[in-house]
Amino acid sequence: MVNLTTQIGNLKLKNPVLTASGTFGYGVEFADFIDLSRLGGIVVKAVTGKNREGNPYPRMAETPSGMLNSVGLQNKGVDHFVKEIYPAIKDLNTCLIVNVSGSTIEEYVEVAEKINELEKIPAIELNISCPNVKHGGMAFGTVAASASEVTAAVRAVYNKDLIVKLSPNVTSIADIAKAVADGGADSLSLINTLLGMAIDINRQRPVLATITGGLSGPAIKPVALRMVWQVHKAVNIPIIGLGGIMNANDAIEFLLAGASAIQVGTANFIDPAVTMKILEGIEAYMRLYKIQSVKDLVGALKNE
Amino acid sequence: MAARKFIHDFVVRKNIRLNPRHFVLELTPPEKLPAIFPGQFVQVLVEDTGSTFLRRPFSIHFIDHSSNLLKLMIQIKGEGTRKLSRLMEGDRINLIYPLGNSFILESISPVLLIGGGCGVAPLLFLAQQFNLRDIRPTILIGGKTKKDLLDVEEYMKLGDVLISTEDGSDGEKGLVTEHSILKTGISAFNKIYTCGPESMMKKIAEITGKAGVDCEVSLENTMACGFGVCLCCVTPTVHGNERVCVEGPVFNTKELRW
Repeated sequence: MVNLTTQIGNLKLKNPVLTASGTFGYGVEFADFIDLSRLGGIVVKAVTGKNREGNPYPRMAETPSGMLNSVGLQNKGVDHFVKEIYPAIKDLNTCLIVNVSGSTIEEYVEVAEKINELEKIPAIELNISCPNVKHGGMAFGTVAASASEVTAAVRAVYNKDLIVKLSPNVTSIADIAKAVADGGADSLSLINTLLGMAIDINRQRPVLATITGGLSGPAIKPVALRMVWQVHKAVNIPIIGLGGIMNANDAIEFLLAGASAIQVGTANFIDPAVTMKILEGIEAYMRLYKIQSVKDLVGALKNE
Repeated sequence: MAARKFIHDFVVRKNIRLNPRHFVLELTPPEKLPAIFPGQFVQVLVEDTGSTFLRRPFSIHFIDHSSNLLKLMIQIKGEGTRKLSRLMEGDRINLIYPLGNSFILESISPVLLIGGGCGVAPLLFLAQQFNLRDIRPTILIGGKTKKDLLDVEEYMKLGDVLISTEDGSDGEKGLVTEHSILKTGISAFNKIYTCGPESMMKKIAEITGKAGVDCEVSLENTMACGFGVCLCCVTPTVHGNERVCVEGPVFNTKELRW
């Protein structure tokens, strides 16, 4: 029997397979396809201070081995989440993490304070990396000083596990990771989407209404993996790796590069049951190589 | 609570070519088809092409519970649909289904169904459901030329078919939105159901709005997931941005901010 449990800061997870924010709704949408309680955790869709309608349509462009999106944090706001959504998901019997977003430090703090009160939410993922909003989001996450500042402000009001989600759209992800760790993050998740664009040559117009959007899918996996490896060398706090994970082999690459857990995102759109296949694949790999515990895989990359 | 969704490998029973750009797939699932309603759609996995990554959404063209068949009418638009057009009897394809809401069937005759191009696809299933309620719908079908009219004989079995073609090679000449029934006879209908290019549906929404006739449209926004989590396919409605894949694809035109 292999030991699949893993630790992210103070969070003890039953296995390293989580789902990425914005690709898994609130989890219940997948109840027809998988047993949600078998997941290591669910990171629910971004929650902001107030209702947001998001960006205009079109919001999606299919690209080689990936897709661009410019959803723009559409959600009904934190009060709606607390009142309507939380009661429906709190007993899913998996680790529930809320992705927290905002335009200003005050908004991040307000949302974090309200989520802090929810008994069955042991952690938040601070989204300082959304590329699809005019204010906030990625603007905080691409400068070390502001990344550290928003992390510290939320840390001051949030006393459970604080995960900070990093943007890949930076010169040195290691520098941002260090700044966020100094700001008080318990762990990091990376990467959010890469800023990209697509053009419809027949209409000579951008495909997305917002012109640019966030690239996800296997196209970004090598970049994500490189960044996880760099950050693992730079900081001492745990890392959740994500970016283009489609199968167990991809997930294992992230673990070897230094991630203590992984998130599956865009792959859920194509195969809503993919998380279970990834979980079973990790288990099979561990048996094959006689690895007792997931913890023995984390950062086990040999580099001689 | 929404009806249960499934992921199944279907077997291709027939692949019927309608014209160079359109075909109908007849598919059977590994178990008995669940309850499916007209207007609902499926997400089809297209494997091993260089340029496709996501599933392809298609409205359900017809359901035959007696022979456990699900039919899709598909237009070849790119590499994904081209690959599907080459499927042979006995091949397998993976579907997530049934997805989305459905048309709300009026129980009083007469009703008018309007399809433009491949937009006729969901209307065959809808017409059959009306037949089960002893209603024979009027079905207006439009295409560029006679060759672009899809499977008209099938529609004639279930309804009174009117035709319009842009070049006048069949039926009335002109756009489907210019057909005489929409000028003179529109007020006689209890409800209009339409699917086709967005510009066509917007024009029909305008005509039915002026005439005060209830109208439902089936939208075809680009989607990633198809089951409500990516929020890519939204359309502006009186309730805010709503997902075409869950709150739609069928919307009453009164709800849309067009």
